[in-house]
Amino acid sequence: MGKMSVELDVFVGNTTIMDEEVYQFWLDGYTVADAVRVRMEGGVLQECEASAEVLHSDTMDQFRTFQMCERLLHCPSKLANQLLFQIPPHRQAMLIERYYAFDDAFVREVLGKKLSKGTKKDLDDVSAKTGITLKSCRRQFDNFKRVFKVVEELKGSLVENIQQHFLLSDKLARDYAAIVFFANNRFETGKRKLQYLSFQDFAFCAVQLINNWTVGAVDNMVEDMDVDLDKEFLQDLKDLKVLITDKDMLDQHKSLVCTALRGKTKVFNEMEANFKNLSRGLVNIAAKLMNAKDVRDFFIDLVEKFIEPCRSDRWTAGDIKLFLTHYTNSVHILDTFKHQVVWDRYMGVVKSCILKMYHD
Amino acid sequence: MPGKLKAKIVAGRHLPVMDRASDLTDAFVEVKFGNTTFKTDVYPKSLNPQWNSEWFKFEVDDEDLQDEPLQITVLDHDTYSANDAIGKVYIDIDPLLSSEAATVISGWFPIYDTIHGIRGEINVLVKVDLFNDLNRFRQSSCGVKFFCTTSIPRCYRAAMVHGFVEELVVNEDPEYQWIDRIRTPRASNEARQRLISLMSGELQRKIGLKVLEMGGNAVVGYLQCFDLEGESGLVVRAIGTACTLEKLSNSSAAAPPACNSPSKDIKEPPFSEDPNPNTHSSGPSTPLKTQTYSFSPSKSYSRQSSSSDTDLSLTPKTGMGSGGSAGKEGGPLKTLLRQQTQSALEQRGASSSRIFVRTREFPFFTLTSFPPGFLIHVGGVVSARSVKLLDRIHNPALGNTRSYKLLDWNSFAADEPETRDAWWEEIRQEIKSHARALGCHAVVGYSESTSICEEVCILSASGTAAVLHPKFMQEGCLDGYSDPSRLSRQPATFSAGSEKGEFDIFPQSKDSSAALGLEEPSPPSCGFCHIPYDELNIPFPAHLTYCYHCRRQKVPDVLFTTIDMPAEAAVTGKGCLIQARLCRLKKKAQGEVNATAISNLLPFMEYELHTQLMNKLKLRGMNALFGLRIQISVGENMLVGLASATAVYLTALPTPGGIQIAGKTPSDITYEQHISNMQKKINDTIAKNKELYEVNPPEVIEEVIGSPIPEPRQRSRLFRSHSESSDEVSELDLSHGKKDAFVLEIDDTDAVEDIHSLLTDTPAPAGFYSCNTEIMPGIYNWTSGLQMFTSVRVFRLSNANLTNQGLNKIFNDLCENLLKSLYFKLRSMIPCCLCHLNFTVAVPEDELIQVAVTAVAMTFDKDQAQENWKLGADKTHMKAIVENEEQLQFPLELCTESPSTNPFSPCRGTGLQESANAHATPRAASVDYSSFADRWSSWIELIRLKAQTIRRGSIKTTSSLEKASPLPEGRSRSLRSTRSYAGSTVAVVKMTPLSFIPGTRIIKYLGIINMFFIRETTSLREEGGVSGFLHAFIAEVFAMVRAHVAALGGNAVVSYSMKECVFMENPNKNQAQCLINVSGDAVIFMRESELEATPAPPQTSCSGGEVTT
Repeated sequence: MGKMSVELDVFVGNTTIMDEEVYQFWLDGYTVADAVRVRMEGGVLQECEASAEVLHSDTMDQFRTFQMCERLLHCPSKLANQLLFQIPPHRQAMLIERYYAFDDAFVREVLGKKLSKGTKKDLDDVSAKTGITLKSCRRQFDNFKRVFKVVEELKGSLVENIQQHFLLSDKLARDYAAIVFFANNRFETGKRKLQYLSFQDFAFCAVQLINNWTVGAVDNMVEDMDVDLDKEFLQDLKDLKVLITDKDMLDQHKSLVCTALRGKTKVFNEMEANFKNLSRGLVNIAAKLMNAKDVRDFFIDLVEKFIEPCRSDRWTAGDIKLFLTHYTNSVHILDTFKHQVVWDRYMGVVKSCILKMYHD
Repeated sequence: MPGKLKAKIVAGRHLPVMDRASDLTDAFVEVKFGNTTFKTDVYPKSLNPQWNSEWFKFEVDDEDLQDEPLQITVLDHDTYSANDAIGKVYIDIDPLLSSEAATVISGWFPIYDTIHGIRGEINVLVKVDLFNDLNRFRQSSCGVKFFCTTSIPRCYRAAMVHGFVEELVVNEDPEYQWIDRIRTPRASNEARQRLISLMSGELQRKIGLKVLEMGGNAVVGYLQCFDLEGESGLVVRAIGTACTLEKLSNSSAAAPPACNSPSKDIKEPPFSEDPNPNTHSSGPSTPLKTQTYSFSPSKSYSRQSSSSDTDLSLTPKTGMGSGGSAGKEGGPLKTLLRQQTQSALEQRGASSSRIFVRTREFPFFTLTSFPPGFLIHVGGVVSARSVKLLDRIHNPALGNTRSYKLLDWNSFAADEPETRDAWWEEIRQEIKSHARALGCHAVVGYSESTSICEEVCILSASGTAAVLHPKFMQEGCLDGYSDPSRLSRQPATFSAGSEKGEFDIFPQSKDSSAALGLEEPSPPSCGFCHIPYDELNIPFPAHLTYCYHCRRQKVPDVLFTTIDMPAEAAVTGKGCLIQARLCRLKKKAQGEVNATAISNLLPFMEYELHTQLMNKLKLRGMNALFGLRIQISVGENMLVGLASATAVYLTALPTPGGIQIAGKTPSDITYEQHISNMQKKINDTIAKNKELYEVNPPEVIEEVIGSPIPEPRQRSRLFRSHSESSDEVSELDLSHGKKDAFVLEIDDTDAVEDIHSLLTDTPAPAGFYSCNTEIMPGIYNWTSGLQMFTSVRVFRLSNANLTNQGLNKIFNDLCENLLKSLYFKLRSMIPCCLCHLNFTVAVPEDELIQVAVTAVAMTFDKDQAQENWKLGADKTHMKAIVENEEQLQFPLELCTESPSTNPFSPCRGTGLQESANAHATPRAASVDYSSFADRWSSWIELIRLKAQTIRRGSIKTTSSLEKASPLPEGRSRSLRSTRSYAGSTVAVVKMTPLSFIPGTRIIKYLGIINMFFIRETTSLREEGGVSGFLHAFIAEVFAMVRAHVAALGGNAVVSYSMKECVFMENPNKNQAQCLINVSGDAVIFMRESELEATPAPPQTSCSGGEVTT
């Protein structure tokens, strides 16, 4: 050995050959050597009486192919129009979907952060913390940023825009919509108290917010953007403050809820004792939302002002649901309260979010 | 002014950003044809410009239409400095010139830059209006169809096969012109691309003219190559087989009648009105057999007519008397012919006589598969090599003559003594004499190649000696030796014999000369195996037996050929790819010393390659090779030889003996033991192989393995001549007993190594088969999976003091590993077969070995029984033949139009599985007769050797007769209507090196694709190193081929090949350059299932004659 070395080794098919498994290794940022090792352990060698050399050659070749395709994947619609690689449509879809797929662990680290160079610089920390290779982190981060930049200024439905420009599946497009929405509004998700929440929890909340609190949500006729919260609505939320500043109204609200819940929950006493605190918490969150800075703290506020007190009193999810339902509905009976529509729009989302977030 | 070319630039997309400031581009387009240039407006600030230009019109001669490509250049407008070129597209408009091809070229073309590769795409529309031109001094040959396919293209029938056409043109290589020192690499590359494009165009046009003069309308098996001779120039040469093709009219899928008429002036009279009464009596009365069998060193008469040659012939001119006499006649005659040829242009009247002689000069056919009845006997492989010294540009003697203007090919002196033409002619003469020695009058499966290193050039030619049925050919086409008149006078009737498809063709009386060995009708499944030569005068030590199939005629024990296996041949089991690999070190040297050294090495290499092939064949338990291709490449310090072939067990031939190992002088016991161990291993391997390839001869004749017969010389005792009466058939079986084993003597370590390497050839993994012919003998039921690929590897030998053995092992491993990689890559297609595996080796630099492979992987259905297929096939075949005969009064149709259309080997199974009309298969062939060949054993090798000569010559000459045609990039015209793939999605274009696509029918040939690209980089590392660079380039080449085919309205390229892949690197300078030449036939195919559904495919409607008239 040592007498000969492979100087050049390429394989090009008229139809581009791609192995999904190897693609995943490439996406995951493996080096060729690592990928070869993992493939060998996976037993692929037996499949075709191959040797390590053969595997290495195949892996190199495919990595190179993926690298050449990467430019096209940045603009998936090009993939269908390009002439360089002949790839059947279903394979194209697979390539795109996988390329834009992300790790939950990674997304939790950057969700709500500004997709800036600074954040990118910190990716090595993220990589160290999550065990995801830096290369993969960069790809995922760049994907977020790329999608963000494209849809940021577009009118119309966020999910549809993403789907149209990036040819993603419905599910993945929704996830990206959440990521873009969080990044745009810079919601804080990284605090220790929020660590217990998964990306899917946040993605659920994002859908609620997008569907209810943006301009596009109320008026489909307005070709507005889904990414920004409805400013007018946020202004109107100030009006809800009356629920806690007006003492009569606060008492009346409490008694209505207590009447409804009596005997229906084991934490009735705790609820009754805490009602004013909880209500103040929720209404104050609403009242502050007109400040962009406080928008960012929306989730942490929900946790601190509502979820944590309930949790320490050992409320069950059922208790929460029951409480929030009656807490919301009772307001309709308060004759002096004039902001029913805003209240419902606010509480509908808050209730869904809290229910989603109320777990261990 | 017979033509108007119209081009419209529609739009661009995915353009590169040319203005960094705005991230946009201000693009416009220059459209150039000949010396006329048009420009579009600038479309500002866009990467997806919509020019939607007017129609740019060029009024041009059809000669120019053939030679020149349409050149489209995309530029970025820059107000303050020179406009930057984004890239170019060359469009070959040749396909628009033939009435039966495409009518319009329209589609997205990659914009290509030799430095940056593909940079966006441009949408272009091109049309041609041709006017009738009755000019009798025409220089153009518009309308002659070209096919790379080496069989009669499906959807045509051959009314006549006219024979061999060849041409070459020469020029200086722009890369070596003085101006290259001051121009940019881009300008240099573009000059080269354009020059080669023009030269190929001219070449094609000239060949077209020859075809017209011969009375044909098409060239089949067109093989064009270029030789980069460095400072001494650039040669573009081509060979092909001239035919008169007729479109099959009644095929439902084929074009309506309107399409059939070639329309236009060029249409040739059918064979019946053959212009030259062919008085072959006047032909060169070659001495018959005496000379033939003498096997004199052919060199002796290799037309060294120009005595002034500075030729040093390395082989002794030990011509025997008879050979010499042939020489005397051959030489002067040929010179004469050449002159005639040259003047033929002006004197049209002279043409007919010229054709006659000319064609009979070389009865060569580039076809590798044939219509039934065409091939009667096969004699064996014939080949010749010759070592030449290329002239250096500073050679004072030639200094002047070389400085002609670019593209002025006609200025060369016609009587220039040393020309490339003469070199090839010499070789062809030699091939011809070999064929004669085998009792054959023609050479089929013929090809030519070169290997160049510095100023040394090895010219090689090879083919298969054969006896053909003269009825298919214009008289005079075959070598006069065989006296075609005799044969042709006989009624060409054949009686359809038994249902099994045994046809007896044109019964012939036995020729007393026995030259053809035809007497009794032979069954098609074995007839071609019967020896064409006289067994009393066997040109080499052969071992003859009676045919195991019909028992009537003699067959050799082993048969080597360069052709595809005839579809009707009876085989046992499946075939497999066999390769012989060899490296030989040589000292670095210059000039004649170097050439001499190479010449001296060649015989040994050929001998060893042959031995390896033979051993490997025996090891597989098989007895015949098809598609044999031997390549010997020269480098500065080594020669590399690679022989590839597809081995099969022909039922008609005897079971091969085993391989026996003989120790030299049995000295001690351990040695004996060692020997017997090895023997056992070999026997085991043979047994395993037989199982693997299902080689179970029907009648088990004897245990081969167990009884190797030790004395090799025994052969001589076989068969003295008998009068061949059929009574003797019974005797025949006796011969089985004497099958002798092939004996390997282990007398030194070399031999031990050889045996080891023999045994290290690993068989393909389960589920894989491989062959280098179109399809694998023994597999019939192809399914639709198809993957064409190209793989290239370059190995660096880092250790300076390698031995031959070490080198051999490295080279052997290299090829084996490459194959293993291919199997691994394609494992998802199992069960599948790698077909048409075409290996090319080169020694690009001192310590580099390059291997390039192009092939197609095709899936097949394991379970389908082949029997069904065969049955059905035979029946249809018979039917087809009978019908055709009635309708056409022509003996056989070259191409049946039955649904599966191909009479030839390829797609046999397809009909079966794809559709109900399974029986329609190709199998047509049953009629052939032929005899075959021998093994070219050491004998022929010897002969070949002699062919080596060193000669030095100047390059520039060409055998030009006429003018050229262009053929740069795609070609087209055709039915837009079929293109369902409008809009943004890209049409799928299949590519395959085969002449067909399983399960489909080719309904239209759109024209030949012959493209040449150069790619260069000065940022090698940034582009992913050499692998990244080449990977991208090959992908780009594929993309450009597909785009051109799609623009012609096609959906596939068949008979695709990468004829050249010249890669050079200079990693220290971060540079690399690569040249690639690819070719193929653009076609429209339809699935058989679709065909049934749609009786009249849309295509047909448009193509008619409208274009041409």
